[in-house]
Amino acid sequence: MKTLAETGVGETVLVAKLQGEGPTRRRIMDMGITKGTEIYVRKVAPLGDPVELTVRGYELSLRKKDAELIEVE
Amino acid sequence: MDIKIALAGNPNCGKTTLFNDLTGSTQYVGNWPGVTVEKKDGRLHGRKDVIIQDLPGIYSLSPYSLEEVVARNYLVGEKPDAIINIVDGTNIERNLYLTTQLAELGIPMVIAVNMIDLVRKNGDKINLTKLGGELGCEVVTMSALKGEGGLAAAEKAIAAAQQKKVGEPPHVFTGSVEHAIAHIEESISGLVDPGNLRWYAIKLFEGDDKAVASLNLSSELKAHISGHVKDCEKEMDDDAESIITNQRYAYIARLVSAAVVKKTQKGSLSSSDKIDRVVTNRLLALPIFAGVMWLMYYISVTSVGGWATDWVNDTLFGGLITGGAASVLASLGVAPWLQGLIVDGIIGGVGTVLGFVPQMLLIFFFLSLLEDSGYMARVAFIMDRIFRRFGLSGKSFIPMLVGTGCGVPAVMAARTIENEKDRRMTIMLCTFMPCSAKMVIIAMITATFFPHSSWIAPSMYFLSIAVIVLSGIGLKKTSYFGGEAAPFVMELPAYHVPSLKGVLIHMWERSRAFIVKAGTIIFTACVVIWFLSNFSWSLQMVDIEHSILAGVGSAAAWLFAPLGFGSWKGAVAVISAEMAKEQAIGTLAVLNGVAGDAGDAAVMKGIAGMFTAMGAFSFMVLNLFDPPCIVAIATTAREMASRRWAAIAIGYQIAMGYFLSFECYQFGNFFFFGAAFGIGQIFALVLAAAAAWLVLRPAAKTAAGTLAAEARA
Repeated sequence: MKTLAETGVGETVLVAKLQGEGPTRRRIMDMGITKGTEIYVRKVAPLGDPVELTVRGYELSLRKKDAELIEVE
Repeated sequence: MDIKIALAGNPNCGKTTLFNDLTGSTQYVGNWPGVTVEKKDGRLHGRKDVIIQDLPGIYSLSPYSLEEVVARNYLVGEKPDAIINIVDGTNIERNLYLTTQLAELGIPMVIAVNMIDLVRKNGDKINLTKLGGELGCEVVTMSALKGEGGLAAAEKAIAAAQQKKVGEPPHVFTGSVEHAIAHIEESISGLVDPGNLRWYAIKLFEGDDKAVASLNLSSELKAHISGHVKDCEKEMDDDAESIITNQRYAYIARLVSAAVVKKTQKGSLSSSDKIDRVVTNRLLALPIFAGVMWLMYYISVTSVGGWATDWVNDTLFGGLITGGAASVLASLGVAPWLQGLIVDGIIGGVGTVLGFVPQMLLIFFFLSLLEDSGYMARVAFIMDRIFRRFGLSGKSFIPMLVGTGCGVPAVMAARTIENEKDRRMTIMLCTFMPCSAKMVIIAMITATFFPHSSWIAPSMYFLSIAVIVLSGIGLKKTSYFGGEAAPFVMELPAYHVPSLKGVLIHMWERSRAFIVKAGTIIFTACVVIWFLSNFSWSLQMVDIEHSILAGVGSAAAWLFAPLGFGSWKGAVAVISAEMAKEQAIGTLAVLNGVAGDAGDAAVMKGIAGMFTAMGAFSFMVLNLFDPPCIVAIATTAREMASRRWAAIAIGYQIAMGYFLSFECYQFGNFFFFGAAFGIGQIFALVLAAAAAWLVLRPAAKTAAGTLAAEARA
């Protein structure tokens, strides 16, 4: 299954499932990334990590490691 | 009876601007009891009976972060009379997520949609009545930056508080979820305040540890509730927490599509996005960032800040006040010891503190500017990758940078780091950066002992960076700091032009904390040191060579012999440096007979005979890397909020200072000054090897690490 970490810049994907547990997962959900949410990968930071995503109309930065928890389609 | 109104909202929603507008100079900044989260409250302008309580900016009322727990404990436990929920109108979906949770608390609430001017500029339309009807409370609009609507929102909140009007909570949950929650409400209906019933029921459904613990349920009841929840989880094929958050956002999506008309097309660039195309651009981001940091540093430390500090220290205190006081006291015929106490002890002490103030004001001014404009988040975004390598987050960059000005605001700046371990490590390490007081030591030592070398001073900066990096790597190998890196899920707020008033208030708040804290501590310390250095054990006034301090210094001198300056004067200088780092130089000067108000050249001549060049270098290194001045130590203790951690931090710094100074002296003497390879050098080699092992060894197994590994297997 493809994860958000494997999604390229400029692509738009939908969230299929959230892995992980505890504070990280809760935080990701609280920030609006839930099943079926549309995510646009806007850019990558100059040093390669984290990535900047557009979620529900605002900009969110997420480390690639945490992006691996988000399965997308 | 006072009316208490709480301000709740996401970070970056304009809450602070509103708070400043409503309370202005009446605001008081402290800490929530027992934690290091900032607490702000104040009285509403013109209404002596209305208290405005600012809550930390939060995205949700989950049990996982300190800010959220503090906020919810206040809302559920202390129950304010009303809440003003500030919602960023340009970001409405995510902001309403918190709103749905606040609406379940059973507290009268008013929603203030902020940044309404931007909403209008974007061409979006928000149907306030519809929004309010669904959410069960009044909705008003506001533009906090422009100063419009804030007071009206407060008035509505007061009215709601007085009428004790609690609206019906929104119908967020559907079908079997609502069913299960209703069941839970029934089961616990005797145990909680009816106003809190719904909130607790939902928390119990989610399996919120803290809520469960606070209710002290019988294991029977727990099992009963758990049964309901599991049925629901099976039916919806998801876990309880996800079910709740999904349903909240689903509800919000429906609400927004009914009540908000968005003009902006998906995929079009906002002006913030356009700015970011340049500012966080792959190629331009780092140069721009370096430029911004350099500018901030240049103005606040080198040029304007430096001149102002020099003026305060040399002209104002050095000349006018000290001279004036001395002549007044002399003409009054005041006893010499009292004169000494007042002029050298008290005025000297106060002068030391106030000397910091110009630079501090400027540093805080720029920091506030960066934060309020939104650029600070970009700093964390750009720097994260580097800092993550050694167990810190991108947000750790700022305390490190501020530490080059002064360690006190640096340690305080670590508050922005949510993760406790990251925060602790940052606090421990950021004072290794040479602050402006330490720069005095660097400047004086290099000018006196290494006048022809231009690389020694800058190399101290690189050394401190190396020490921080290697410490971070080494500490990450320990079982406490090791383990998975903390999640870095951070909003990049839209840029906006910060309000001057807001920046100035921000700047003043932090500086005032320093002046008051530093004022009392440094002042006391200066008086104490003055006493110890002017009195003998028999409490007679003597010159410093026969004073108590000299006695203490002589007793401790042997400790510093391996570092190349085993004299009582060196020991005394190190002790006095703990009062204020630049005192190291001042004390050395005084001990060598240089008058208190002599210029730099005289000081240099005075100390030149004290050390060998290598001893001077290692003296400098010790003072750079041992614990910072006592004010910074006190700030560290406060920010760690744990005596154990304060002790660990200081212990680590003592060890680091001594270790580095020892290594420098032993190896330096051997390589540069032709000393023989003796026992000192052998010890130095052994210690260096031990240090290398601590940094290079494989990471210690942490409990979390092994569990996670097992789960994945």
